[in-house]
Amino acid sequence: MTDFIRFLEPQPAILSRRDAIVADLVDLLPKDCLIHAPRELVPFETDAFVSYRRVPLAVALPRTTEEVAAVMRYCHKYGVPVVPRGAGTSLSGGAIPQEDAVVLGLSKMSRILDIDLANRTATVQAGVTNLNISEAVSPEGFFYAPDPSSQLACTIGGNIGMNSGGAHCLKYGVTTNNLLGVRMVLVDGTVIELGGKHLDAGGYDLLGLVCGHEGQLGIVTEATVRLIAKPEGARPVLFGFETSEEAGSCVADVIGSGIIPVAIEFMDKPAIEICEAFAKAGYPLDVGALLIVEVEGSEAEMDAMLADIVEIARRHGVKTVRECQSATEAALIWKGRKSAFGATGRISDYICMDGTVPLSQLSYVLKKTSEIIDRFGLRVANVFHAGDGNMHPLILFNANDPDDAARAEQAGNEILKLCVDAGGCLTGEHGVGIEKRDLMTHQYGKVDLDQQMAVRAAFDPGWLLNPSKVFPLEGRPAA
Amino acid sequence: MQTNFTPAQLADPHVAESEKILRKCVHCGFCTATCPTYVTLGDELDSPRGRIYLIKDMLENGRAADEQVVKHIDRCLSCLACTTTCPSGVDYMHLVDHARAHIEKTYKRPLMNRLTRGVLAMVLPYPGRFRMALQLARLGRPLAPLFDRVTSLKPFAAMLRLAPKSVPPASASAQPAVHAANVAPNLTARGRVAILTGCAQPVLDPGINEATIALLTRLGIEVVVPQGEGCCGSLVHHMGREEQALAAARRNVDVWMREVETGGLDAVIITASGCGTTIKDYGHMLRLDPAYAEKAAQVSALAKDVTEYLATLDLPAHMPKGITVAYHSACSMQHGQKITLAPKQLLKAAGFTVRDPAEGHLCCGSAGTYNIMQPEISAQLKARKVRNIEATKPDIIATGNIGCITQIASGTGIPILHTVELLDWAYGGPRPAQLSAAKWASAGQPLGTPA
Repeated sequence: MTDFIRFLEPQPAILSRRDAIVADLVDLLPKDCLIHAPRELVPFETDAFVSYRRVPLAVALPRTTEEVAAVMRYCHKYGVPVVPRGAGTSLSGGAIPQEDAVVLGLSKMSRILDIDLANRTATVQAGVTNLNISEAVSPEGFFYAPDPSSQLACTIGGNIGMNSGGAHCLKYGVTTNNLLGVRMVLVDGTVIELGGKHLDAGGYDLLGLVCGHEGQLGIVTEATVRLIAKPEGARPVLFGFETSEEAGSCVADVIGSGIIPVAIEFMDKPAIEICEAFAKAGYPLDVGALLIVEVEGSEAEMDAMLADIVEIARRHGVKTVRECQSATEAALIWKGRKSAFGATGRISDYICMDGTVPLSQLSYVLKKTSEIIDRFGLRVANVFHAGDGNMHPLILFNANDPDDAARAEQAGNEILKLCVDAGGCLTGEHGVGIEKRDLMTHQYGKVDLDQQMAVRAAFDPGWLLNPSKVFPLEGRPAA
Repeated sequence: MQTNFTPAQLADPHVAESEKILRKCVHCGFCTATCPTYVTLGDELDSPRGRIYLIKDMLENGRAADEQVVKHIDRCLSCLACTTTCPSGVDYMHLVDHARAHIEKTYKRPLMNRLTRGVLAMVLPYPGRFRMALQLARLGRPLAPLFDRVTSLKPFAAMLRLAPKSVPPASASAQPAVHAANVAPNLTARGRVAILTGCAQPVLDPGINEATIALLTRLGIEVVVPQGEGCCGSLVHHMGREEQALAAARRNVDVWMREVETGGLDAVIITASGCGTTIKDYGHMLRLDPAYAEKAAQVSALAKDVTEYLATLDLPAHMPKGITVAYHSACSMQHGQKITLAPKQLLKAAGFTVRDPAEGHLCCGSAGTYNIMQPEISAQLKARKVRNIEATKPDIIATGNIGCITQIASGTGIPILHTVELLDWAYGGPRPAQLSAAKWASAGQPLGTPA
């Protein structure tokens, strides 16, 4: 565990009342919905940003909005911090607790409440996984578009918290473009509803504000999302290039020419090798970089769009173009891509960056990234949503070597600063969490941050919700 | 993940292995999504990632197991859906095996729990005792509701409910013998295999091995039921009773190696996929035993599920029969042995219309003795499984594991058979006894009209 990133110091007044808080919460919740035995709390000390860990005071697993509200009312009354948790798949440490906090886990709230095909909406509890929504409506020919690579496990509540994206968001937009309404518990236990089954808000777009709130404005307990009809056909095509730079400039040209495929995903050589070893999807191993471009529509539409893309790729020296021949092959191509992070675990520990850059800067940033990695004596695998300019360098290191871990973290910080300096931003879809918190001052000046904190304080004046995250500890308003 | 073990701890080969496994986990959380207990209970402590963390914490601190860790490890079905899902290649099976052995060594279970487990370990692996116990259970069945009222007696209620209403007589197929290949006198057999008699299966449903022997010999394979075979050891292995499990493994290795050395074997055929997963792991289980390591690895390589072996025999394709079969893939088949296509391809080739129930990756809740030791979770999983199977509107359910057959049969009226029983029927055998109703008589014989 490295310790560059500090958490808020636990409040002794809360720690000393631990037993009383636990006893009260046990009374508030049904049997088996409160975890408080010290050893049972350890597995909740982290999420998928596993370099940082803090054991929480207790873990509440409510089953209804009313139970969430009861926990919030209690914690608000006694000033106990609360850290919301969906499936704990955050790559930015968004769900890592702190010692004086109650984790509010939504994993027992996993029911699909309403599927309304006439209005093309689904209303679900926040603990429903992203993929469950698509699976539930698939027989009817629909799907929920944003598809984070962790969609098998991550929850819609977590997706809303981080405004998650995914490979297919190039065409369909990220969570905020597909969210229609939420039911949400405010910090004091008040239950509110924002949006509904309709397209826009009557007044301020508070739903837009809530999407990406990183668990700091309230606890989303239910969500209504937009369903989209499945396309007539979809075809992923593999484009192999000699170098990452060529692949990068090809992406910029495709998008620049006005073509919007469903997805343009990038993998460099190390990433190709890792994913191929896991998924055996038939990725070409003799290229330096690979683009997975998915087109969809009727056969004629797909052929036409593909012809245009191939034409552009030729100008950038594409080495191989391979169209996928079957649904099984397409599934394997996406399985490999979506498992890229986990599959990296086969060869090394890693931390995953999430900077986003303007497409014109893609090649430059890729080149600079590898220079930074070389300077720190590390290795990197790049696999990311190229069409969105959303980069995910996976910095490989040895977690059992503190020096290696420290260098990986430093290199990561430099890469994220590079993204900002290139005109981009710190996070495309993973959120700021704890990981990028202290880099926020690189992206924003004091005025910007003060305004954002003022918005936050409008919802949670006492800074009880996920308080260690997003905003640097220095420069916060005095409590 | 980062790990914290001292060199002294790592000197223990079991700890060293677990450390290697833990280092592969990146804590991504994908495994939670396909874990039947997490999906049912919604608590990460009852998910693979939570259990891995509990085990890590216990082993790193060199601690004896405690009540909480035991609760969550006991709730694991060992279905290994997590292993299929895990992109990082975390070998959860061997990690949880180690944890179970550690629990068995360092934790004293409450009296009734000890007693129940003791009874299961003393009875189930021995066909004679098991048959007698089933007959007793039939008499004791009316007591089940009474046992249900006391938490520590619930496993006994579950046992009584699972016991079949009648116990078939002992079958000749379980007796040591050489079943000659059915080939013309001047021809030699196409192959020679041993068959694992098994422990619970030949008592509950001797028809499975009878069908296997009949089908294989008809296909020109000589089938040996060797003298001295016993339970594969899976049952005690999953209880953490390592010495007992290894003793079972050694005995079977001896028996099969004797056959290899005398008559030669192309395969050891297994008709219960739960046993298959364990026998294919003998090489690993006995890796630290210099006298057995090599032989055990050889046996593991020979071990084949009956469908895996049949798939190598090029069976002829048949015309469609108009019979819809829902194929339930046992966890030990799809996750433990990674056999997913062969059984379905065989059934399709034999002319059955095959349906895949939704959520096929989820366990039916049988899982060895799980339906006895964890009756509540098991019942929820059974209901979910039966719902998904019945939604495909099948005429018959097929699967490759006796545990699943018993479990699912207790929740549905649709006949459930072992895959090999349907294949034997299709390729010239008699209609399985379970399909004796008038409906099936009209399905007609012979079913095996080549296309």
